[in-house]
Amino acid sequence: MARNADMRLKEKIIEKVLAVCALITILTTVGIVLILTIEAISFFREVSIVEFLTSTRWTPLFTQKSYGILPLLSGTFLTTVIAISVALPVGLTIAIYLNEYASNTFRSILKPLLEILAVVPTVVYGFFALMIVTPFLKTFIPELSGFNALSAGLVMGIMIIPFVSSLSEDALSSVPYSLREASFGMGSTKFQTAFRVMVPAASSGIIVSAILAVSRAIGETMIVAIAAGQQPRFTLDPTVPIETITAYIVQVSMGDVPHGSTAYQTIFAAGITLFIFTFILNNISYWIKARYQEDYE
Amino acid sequence: MNNTNSSRFKDKAFRVFGLSAIIFCMLTLVIFIGFIIYQGAGRLSWDFMTSLPSRFAERSGIYTAWIGTLWVLVLTTLISFPLGVGAGIYLEEYGNKGKLSKLLEINIANLAGVPSIIYGLLGLQVFVRMMKMGNSILAGALTLALLILPIIIVSTREALRAVPSSIKEASVALGASKWQTIWKQTLPASFGGILTGVILAISRAVGETAPLIVIGALAYVPFVPESPFDEFTVLPIQIFNWVSRPQHEFAINAAAAIIVLLFITFLMNGIAVYLRNRWQQKINW
Repeated sequence: MARNADMRLKEKIIEKVLAVCALITILTTVGIVLILTIEAISFFREVSIVEFLTSTRWTPLFTQKSYGILPLLSGTFLTTVIAISVALPVGLTIAIYLNEYASNTFRSILKPLLEILAVVPTVVYGFFALMIVTPFLKTFIPELSGFNALSAGLVMGIMIIPFVSSLSEDALSSVPYSLREASFGMGSTKFQTAFRVMVPAASSGIIVSAILAVSRAIGETMIVAIAAGQQPRFTLDPTVPIETITAYIVQVSMGDVPHGSTAYQTIFAAGITLFIFTFILNNISYWIKARYQEDYE
Repeated sequence: MNNTNSSRFKDKAFRVFGLSAIIFCMLTLVIFIGFIIYQGAGRLSWDFMTSLPSRFAERSGIYTAWIGTLWVLVLTTLISFPLGVGAGIYLEEYGNKGKLSKLLEINIANLAGVPSIIYGLLGLQVFVRMMKMGNSILAGALTLALLILPIIIVSTREALRAVPSSIKEASVALGASKWQTIWKQTLPASFGGILTGVILAISRAVGETAPLIVIGALAYVPFVPESPFDEFTVLPIQIFNWVSRPQHEFAINAAAAIIVLLFITFLMNGIAVYLRNRWQQKINW
């Protein structure tokens, strides 16, 4: 009897310990939100939120201080748009090709090879962008600056391709075979089946992969910190040095800004802006997945 | 008839187009890695591996950097492995499908999408400042552990889910308690899958740069760390530091260090893929 009670106690304790492990994830989220909010609030005591949202100059580290986030936003927007316009079409094409055209053996060789692109550390991609892509692009665009949004965005796009292709392929392969067979039975080619049946049927999954790719690109740090420059500039010109939100945080962290100063708090103001964008995107994608996931059981 | 021809043509065209998209990716990868090897292989030497960093590119080495990476790798594994697997077990085996587990699930999906640099800000405030760990290896490892926790949890859950319920039911029918069933049956049966997920997550942590820069890992550390409370640098930060310098000699150093970093990452991923294949072959439910 006593042994039984012991065991029950032990079981209870183990369950509690495991629950604590799971709760750490909640604590992490709470920690992130609290820390960003607290530091951002003290930042906005010094700087008006109107200036933060409307000024087109971001110079917290200069003597002439100005705190407008717009240049960092435009930099982030620019590199993200370039990256997505590479990653989405190429990634989707690969997903459709692998799912509809490639033979099983070919696919089982190609998928791990594509995964290699996804495991290369981002700092290495930064090196590629700065040392290979920028000099290469300069042969076509002589006025291209040594640091620019174009090559950083392009390389970021290449990095995100396997992300898009594997998520989209998952979505495509979960479409039941009967739909495809019905389409072939009507005399459609593979191309027609892919674009008129498979892609529409898997659209929610494909949209989710696109949204997550955007969120990825917004938060990507090292490529832009290395290859896009450190000059916050309110522009959409991809050939000049710019700065993204993430690259700014890196720039401040590399220097020695005194703890507690307004300059120190700017990284949290920039951080909360970044967090809000990715949070919204991630939740939209989660919502689409839960709401529109086609259930073909 | 014309219509069919154009359909056939589109079909063929897309086949070529799809194949060229893949070739484009592979070619880029080959060019990138070829360039790195071409630039950096000549610089790789025993001296390079065992020298401290220096103002002079030719005398600089990556000794402190790879020792730092090793420290971070071991500590991050020690912290994230039990926590992640524990949380995964709880969510998969105990978490009744109530509101709490729904919340945990959404929360983990969200955490997986938080940019790594935000984890750096969290680590900076919580570990470096509030817990007064300073710019230590421990603070870095804790930050990275939080970063990869969602990946480990998700892969642990997938591995546990793959164990057929008949095994669990048989164990319970023989009088085993819930934990005995998990410990003696479910975990051993899913261990290969769990390990694969953990290794992939750790290899991601090894390549991370941004969060460690934010918590204040240094670019220049003239000594080898000897305890978890020492200041440190890691390979990616050393690479970033060298890439940021204008002199060409430092770019060559960076390329050589990248070869070492890529070797570590590819090795870990190779082990993970090998384990996954072996595990899938061995167990055929």
